[in-house]
Amino acid sequence: MKKYFSFFRLRFSMGLQYRAAALAGIATQAFWGGLEILMFRAFYRADPLAFPMSLESTSAYIWLQQAFLALFMGWVMENEIFASIQSGNIVYELCRPIGLYRMLFVRSLAYRLSRAVLRCFPILLMAAFLPSPYGIALPPSPAAGMLFLLGMVLGLFVTVAFTMLIYSLTFFTISPAGIRMVALSALEILSGSILPIPFFPKGLQGVLEILPFAAMQNVPLRIYSGDISGNEAIRALSLQAFWLVVLVGTGVILMSRASKKVTLQGG
Amino acid sequence: MGGLRLYKRYFLIQVKSAMQYKTSFLLTTIGQFLTSFNVFLGIYFMFQRFHAVEGFTYSEVLLCFSITLMEFSLAEAFFRGFDTFSGIISNGEFDRIMVRPRNEILQVLGSRIELTRIGRFLQAAVLFVYGIMKSHVLWSWDKAVTVLFMLIGGTAVFSGLFLIYAAICFFTLEGLEFMNILTDGAREYGKYPISIYGKRVLQFCTFVIPYALIQYYPICYILEKNSSWWYPFLPLLAILFLIPCLCLWKFGVHHYKSTGSY
Repeated sequence: MKKYFSFFRLRFSMGLQYRAAALAGIATQAFWGGLEILMFRAFYRADPLAFPMSLESTSAYIWLQQAFLALFMGWVMENEIFASIQSGNIVYELCRPIGLYRMLFVRSLAYRLSRAVLRCFPILLMAAFLPSPYGIALPPSPAAGMLFLLGMVLGLFVTVAFTMLIYSLTFFTISPAGIRMVALSALEILSGSILPIPFFPKGLQGVLEILPFAAMQNVPLRIYSGDISGNEAIRALSLQAFWLVVLVGTGVILMSRASKKVTLQGG
Repeated sequence: MGGLRLYKRYFLIQVKSAMQYKTSFLLTTIGQFLTSFNVFLGIYFMFQRFHAVEGFTYSEVLLCFSITLMEFSLAEAFFRGFDTFSGIISNGEFDRIMVRPRNEILQVLGSRIELTRIGRFLQAAVLFVYGIMKSHVLWSWDKAVTVLFMLIGGTAVFSGLFLIYAAICFFTLEGLEFMNILTDGAREYGKYPISIYGKRVLQFCTFVIPYALIQYYPICYILEKNSSWWYPFLPLLAILFLIPCLCLWKFGVHHYKSTGSY
């Protein structure tokens, strides 16, 4: 356990070094969030009855999404890992007395967390000071707050487990660009990062909610603003846990097959 | 004229080198298609629920989105050479460019031409045709010319932004990520007519960076929401935006100090 923790610490403090990039990220995300909310406001004005969430929860959803972008976006993957799998340098990792899956998992967690930690606070602070329907308020109850935190952790783990599948598949193909692109595009639209899932047509919504993609940002961001609560929240969290087990299981099997069967290209 | 011939040479070289990796070329093109397809899906699903926004219907928004996307992908295909400009400065490549008796901008542009953007452009073209068929616009020559002006003006404005991005590299030695707000942000949020973001944003996009001149005003003319005779010419006015961009670039070149590395 200790060795994985040091991998985590190493990657985490490495990630904290990029402060100028974080500053640019904060500016970008603040801007993005603002325009996104203005857009939703226009639709809200056009037809408030057709709006599936309250404007407050939509704003909260968007600000949280922007603040924790690095935790849930598919494309926050390390080119370094792809490159080492493609070039064969990954064998050095295989020589070490560690589980490859666990090591990469911990490393991805640390990478995402370090990016999010640098970026989230200024954005949340700014959003907290915005006037009512456009800003972000505290969650409706302490219980909702706890469920939100639990959902965040599970959502982050599911996202990382999904990207681990992409890394594992890279072992089996020489040019992983295709798989990566299709998987990440699917993630982008199906996880609710372009449009929150309540905005999808009714029939489609039912299907999307049970897919693993909805177990990422969708659950915590909607619990926070009270859009999902009570039993529904418990159900959503259990579904997250279910997908986490499935994705990790598949990932571990794929990775162990990859490291046994795959011929490395040499370095 | 010599410049144009040189650019043609660069272009042919880039086509040939892209064709060396056909699979990679194809995959990147598909990737470009998929990312903007997601944006389209976002619009599509919103309009399954809402009938209009700020007086614009689904097909009218599509028309707006597709023209903006075409403008952006044209600019990106030919002017994204500036995107890697921080690399050109930090590895000393710009020294080499300076000693050649040719225009620097032309050489930087020639160093990278992104043909894969054709994926994005094709999608924009398809959406454009779809928007035309659905939106009941009565086409006349003045409206067709307006679209042409929009493409020219739009390409110019986006190119100007890429140029600013590169010019800043002279001082910072690295690309400034926040410039993406102005380029990718405009593509991302230009999917809707700018007026829906409110009055302040529209003012900013009219007087500071002329996005509205290449999108909102001419679109209003095409959709007959406003028939002032001078609206079609606003995209051409937006070309003036290139002047301050070029000044900044010249200023940058003037202050260029080689990093010394090679």
